[in-house]
Amino acid sequence: MDQSEQNVAAPAQLPKLAALQDAQPQDADSTPTGSPIFDAMGVSIYYGSFRAVTDVSLAIYENEITAFIGPSGCGKTTVLRTLNRLNDLIPEARVEGDVHYRGASLYGTGVSPIAVRRRIGMVFQKPNPFPKSVYDNVAYGPRINGIRNKAKLDEIVERSLRQAALWDEVKNRLNKSGLGLSGGQAQRLCIARTLAVEPDVVLMDEPASALDPIATGKIEDLMHEIKSQYTIVIVTHNMQQATRVSDRTAFYSVLVDSENDTRTGTLVEYGPTQQIFEDPKDSRTQAYVTGRMG
Amino acid sequence: MSTAAQADPAAPAGSAGPLAHRRPLGDRVFQILAASAGALVLVILALIAISTSQQASSWFSTEGWSIFSVDWNPATNSFGAMAFVYGTVVTAAIAIILSVPVSVGVALLLTEVVPRRWSRPIVTVIDLLAVVPSVVWGLWGILVFAPWLQHIYTSVGSAVNGIPVLGALFGPPVSGASFFTCGLILAFMITPIVTSLSREVIATVPAIDKEGAYALGATRLEMIRGAVWPHSQGGVVGAVMLGLGRAMGETIAAALVIGSSPVITSHLLAAGYSMPAVIANQFGEASGEFRAALIGLGVMLFVITIVVNLIARGVVERSARRQRGA
Amino acid sequence: MTAMEPPAVDLREPAGWRRSKNQIATTLMVLAFVIVLIPLGFVLFTVIAKGASAISWAFLTGGPIPPNVVPAGIGGMGPAVYGTLVITGLAAVMAVPLGVLGAIYINEYGGRGPLARVVRFMADVMTGVPSIVMGLFIFSIWVLHFGYSGLAGAFALACLMLPVVIRSSEEMLKLVPDPLREASYALGATKSRVTLTVVLPAAIGGIVSGALLAIARAAGETAPLLFTILTVTATNANVFSGANTALSTQIFANATQPFLGAQSRAWGSALTLIAIAFILMIVARIVTARFTRYSR
Repeated sequence: MDQSEQNVAAPAQLPKLAALQDAQPQDADSTPTGSPIFDAMGVSIYYGSFRAVTDVSLAIYENEITAFIGPSGCGKTTVLRTLNRLNDLIPEARVEGDVHYRGASLYGTGVSPIAVRRRIGMVFQKPNPFPKSVYDNVAYGPRINGIRNKAKLDEIVERSLRQAALWDEVKNRLNKSGLGLSGGQAQRLCIARTLAVEPDVVLMDEPASALDPIATGKIEDLMHEIKSQYTIVIVTHNMQQATRVSDRTAFYSVLVDSENDTRTGTLVEYGPTQQIFEDPKDSRTQAYVTGRMG
Repeated sequence: MSTAAQADPAAPAGSAGPLAHRRPLGDRVFQILAASAGALVLVILALIAISTSQQASSWFSTEGWSIFSVDWNPATNSFGAMAFVYGTVVTAAIAIILSVPVSVGVALLLTEVVPRRWSRPIVTVIDLLAVVPSVVWGLWGILVFAPWLQHIYTSVGSAVNGIPVLGALFGPPVSGASFFTCGLILAFMITPIVTSLSREVIATVPAIDKEGAYALGATRLEMIRGAVWPHSQGGVVGAVMLGLGRAMGETIAAALVIGSSPVITSHLLAAGYSMPAVIANQFGEASGEFRAALIGLGVMLFVITIVVNLIARGVVERSARRQRGA
Repeated sequence: MTAMEPPAVDLREPAGWRRSKNQIATTLMVLAFVIVLIPLGFVLFTVIAKGASAISWAFLTGGPIPPNVVPAGIGGMGPAVYGTLVITGLAAVMAVPLGVLGAIYINEYGGRGPLARVVRFMADVMTGVPSIVMGLFIFSIWVLHFGYSGLAGAFALACLMLPVVIRSSEEMLKLVPDPLREASYALGATKSRVTLTVVLPAAIGGIVSGALLAIARAAGETAPLLFTILTVTATNANVFSGANTALSTQIFANATQPFLGAQSRAWGSALTLIAIAFILMIVARIVTARFTRYSR
């Protein structure tokens, strides 16, 4: 997958960015059903002096499922992690530009990453349940937010596990360790754990890539079910999955700067999923989605 | 890189000729050497147990069960060990109680709080603490630290005199060289070990678990309690127990600052004695049963530290197994 | 705290008590480090302050060691310096090669076999044996038959160092990637050759640095020497027979003396010991930084 990237991304020197930007469309034909929840404006992400992602601008809409697709190394996960300030955990990471969340700046002064993450949850590629019981895993979020009442916690745990389509499988083993679950179950546990704090947005970083097709299907069904209550942004390297679940798709690719031997990710095209896959406007998008690359 | 021919190219493929089992002599000798070096560990341990027990046998046979008595008086040929066992346990306990919060705190500081650049100097400080020899701690302890502490002890002692529990623990008699001073210095000495072992354990917590906690909106403390601690608690307990073992066996610093008074008392600020300390202090002038008794104390110390060591490893093993999914 | 309010988004710090608990925890952790600094600072400061005045070339090389009542400036600790260096050196010569060989056995030959597991386990247990027990052991098994000597002291120190060198060398050998070994085997090398010419050189930086740290610790040990070398006042060049002396045992003997001269010599010796250990530690760090190819 890596070699073909070189063919598609014409070895563009970064100064030529301006020309490329004209090719970036804003929203295409269909009008979004909700209001923009996220508004990324000229976001560039640096690790030290290395520019990992350059100049991403897009809007994510409420109660939609938005997919980030693209070859590996194009920065889609990096951009995703910018949305809940998880890049803060990397010491040399730096964000330029801004992301607005419901009108408020995520990177402004005085903004607490903790408050941000309470509203914008994340499910990771490899399921990462805590070494605690199933119950304690799901109750962890509500507990740190101050809910101590046992009855209330019981209710939240059951509700979250039901939403994650896991309740029936674990209701009799709530006190057993979360580490003893199968891969698909563990990932649904992590989803339940994320839903337990009732976030506004759920970010998903290739949530099914470590799972078998049946478990993947369950996760995709889950996404459809919770879509009406949450906004979902999902990074996926599986194009069929993007077509199956998402309303809107953003295609990222890599700009190779052969002079400095750097690769920088960039947003190539963004629009309704159907349009991206059936009638892509950029040649690189077309090359990717028709399988000529990656 | 030519070696003694192990495959003769002239022989037809598939023939069992020169490919058969003949290994070069040098190779076999080396393996035997290496195996012997490994076996040396077992031999030494066995010899330790045998030779010291043998030397102490006259003590065991003469005293019988009264080796566990409190009565220790070389002049009257009575050699009961309890006072020293008590002192060993008490000073080690004090060392652990004082050192563990500090050690775990520094370990967490290094793994969770401090950016990579600053961890170097902190680790250097810990290493420096580790490199100070026991006898130097003892020298400083007896000539500088204990006299200084004596003033503090006197004030504390008179302040709590008469108060129910505190008075029994910290009331008079007080002495600069005492259980507590010894425990304090032992704490200084075992902190580097407990810190670096804890740090190793905590560093094995997968980053993805920590990210999971942060992604739920946890503060760093909440993340440590939710993701780090469950993973590392077994290992940290093991590290603490290994520190306990070290504290119990520590000899020279104890010999100099413990006060050299074989008594069993609840007064931690009073002078006391411990197994390694009495051996170090009295061995030079001991002979006959006295010497056998001292060596016997060494045997007891050997057994106790091995048991603590084994328990520590058991704890670490069990918790590691539990982490892998149960 | 159930459903979140719509648009008026408040992204400031969470409720006070959560933030305070977090800040208190961080403060406590920093405090822990400060607490570590205090005794270290005290000890180093005192040793340097009191010991520096005693140190001189005559101190380090002159002898014999004067009786305790003699004031500072007369005589020197030369015999003790000699003793420490020679006895520790002898112990290192014994323990390091044996330790590395033992580690090679555990890691390269033993694999998962029962003997290797037992040896590894016992080496771990042996690191926890108190140094005084090692001294009593050598006393029982050697001194009683052959008398006090520097050699006996070296045996005791070697027993202390052996398990430490084994464990640290084993860690380093484990870090050498298997493909290196496989490439060598594929060229037809025997196991001993692979180990000696490929694996050992790859791990040598870490092994040396681990050995240096073990030596630093041994140099400062007192208890094992108490029962094996006796403490004398003149240089005994023959390390194989006759009682000897070392800095650590001298300090121990002098520490309980009321005479200022003796105390001053003790401080000077302490500073010398710390300097030796410190130098070894720095060299170990340099070796790690420059010569270690595979690290964790």
